[in-house]
Amino acid sequence: MKNRNFLGILFFFTYMCPALAFYFGADTHGNAPKFDPAATAIHHISDANIYTLSDGVIPFRIPLPTILYSPGKGWDFFSSGKFHAGEHEDGHYAYNGYVLHHGSVHRVVDSGFPMDQSVDIGHHAFTHKQEDRNGKKVDVNYVTYQGKEYRLDARSTLDGGILGGGITSFYDFSISKNVLSMILVSLFLFWIFRKTAKAYKDHPDKAPSGVQGIVEPMFTFIRDEVAIPFIGANKYMKFLPLLMSIFFFVLGLNLFGQIPFLGGTNVTGNLTVTMVMALIVFVIVNINGKKDYWQHIFWMPDVPVFVKPLLAAVEIMGLFIKPLTLMLRLAGNISAGHIAILSFIGLIFIFGQSGANFGGGIIGTAMAIPLTLFMMAIELIVAFVQAFVFTILTASYIGAAIEEHHHAEEHHH
Amino acid sequence: MFSLISFTPFQPTPGLALWSLIIFLLFWFIMSKVAFKPIAEALSKRENDIQDAIDTAKNTKLEMANMKAENEKLLAEAREERSKIIQEAKDIKTQMITEAKDKAREEANKIVTNALSDIENQKKAAIAEVKSELGAMALSIAERVIRKELKGNAEQEAFVNTLVKEVNLN
Repeated sequence: MKNRNFLGILFFFTYMCPALAFYFGADTHGNAPKFDPAATAIHHISDANIYTLSDGVIPFRIPLPTILYSPGKGWDFFSSGKFHAGEHEDGHYAYNGYVLHHGSVHRVVDSGFPMDQSVDIGHHAFTHKQEDRNGKKVDVNYVTYQGKEYRLDARSTLDGGILGGGITSFYDFSISKNVLSMILVSLFLFWIFRKTAKAYKDHPDKAPSGVQGIVEPMFTFIRDEVAIPFIGANKYMKFLPLLMSIFFFVLGLNLFGQIPFLGGTNVTGNLTVTMVMALIVFVIVNINGKKDYWQHIFWMPDVPVFVKPLLAAVEIMGLFIKPLTLMLRLAGNISAGHIAILSFIGLIFIFGQSGANFGGGIIGTAMAIPLTLFMMAIELIVAFVQAFVFTILTASYIGAAIEEHHHAEEHHH
Repeated sequence: MFSLISFTPFQPTPGLALWSLIIFLLFWFIMSKVAFKPIAEALSKRENDIQDAIDTAKNTKLEMANMKAENEKLLAEAREERSKIIQEAKDIKTQMITEAKDKAREEANKIVTNALSDIENQKKAAIAEVKSELGAMALSIAERVIRKELKGNAEQEAFVNTLVKEVNLN
């Protein structure tokens, strides 16, 4: 009976999805736009200045507080609702010289554009061209206003141009989709854990019940399998809150991104977030580093003298590679999961030729649904595994930093 | 149509970095105070309590076993004591009976002896009295007889008294 229901749901979606795809394709121009799966996937895993729950038949977008700073112009604080975002999270209005393109704020840099008022730029005002910058091909966006194209700047990034970004004419300090997701997940975890802590306080002699039953196994697992073995039974209590914070923060955000119809936020797949966490780990590890730790880095004991500088070079590199791998591993894994799911869903649109081919859409859907289900199951495991891996590596780095060896004593003999 | 570069999630942006730093540090700080430390303490306290309870139960069981052995020992001792006491009581009883019997016999003998000596004395007294009476009677008879025949003969009177004394000594 259960199997039959399941198949029924499967068939329902198999017919529904191409129908929706057809609707999307046909609604705007009459002629279907070409579907670009890679760009769509990247768009969906990116941070945004608007929280889109539905971009389809019934659009549902939550405007977010936008906080922008432009060195020449000063601060701008307004709701991203001012952009009147439409399809593909493109704003139909410009506000104080800022526009919303693919969910992220851009600034008009060419002169002549009205810089201190709200103007209607209409639908489909954005175009992009490839330009050479320092011998690299770079995409540059333009907005068309009253028949004239104006060049757009993306927000400043800290990659120094390596990843195609760099410092531009403005900085974006908005409460973005990722920031809001972090706040929501933090509040949810706070609520859950305060409830748990209260239960322990109110009924210390009772067997765990309710939410305690979910929290306690994970809590004791991190304590007994991560904190104590790597840091030691005497010192682990000092670092336990950090390890728990990392584990539950990452796990909460990983899982939040997996919930369908909640925007599919990709917070832990965002390099900025993992960079900040890796940076915190880097700082905590190195300010707690004992004499032995630094000795092992700069002047490795128990090896011939000519090897010592060689090892020092490797160890100093390792000092920075460790947090770098933390940062890349988490972001890569979570983003990859999101991209895989988006790619499978993209099959519907590829086979359906963006709604032009209904039969192809059915074939695409029949393939996409089981593949997506499979991927979601994998991602559920990945959510836990990556939170665990980040935590266990942090614990092992801290453990290595505070470990007391006895090489020094042996040398005196 | 889509520009891949402009919204890639792999460009570190200062705004998101600042917010994630603030949010994570706050999360870490608040959760340590509100949840992680109290929960860790409650858990280790509970684990200690459970360990203590198990230890106590074990010790109690051991103590109970010891107590049982001790009780049995005490019981055995008590039983032994009882039989000893009973034995002693029996012995005392026998002894008492024997003693009582002996004493009674002795007493009876004493009484009998006393009675016999009393009787002897009485008898002797009675005989003495009878002898004295007889002497007096014989004297008076003899006096009368002699008075009749030997009036005023002192020699004869002394001789008769001697004879009477000889009769008494018998």
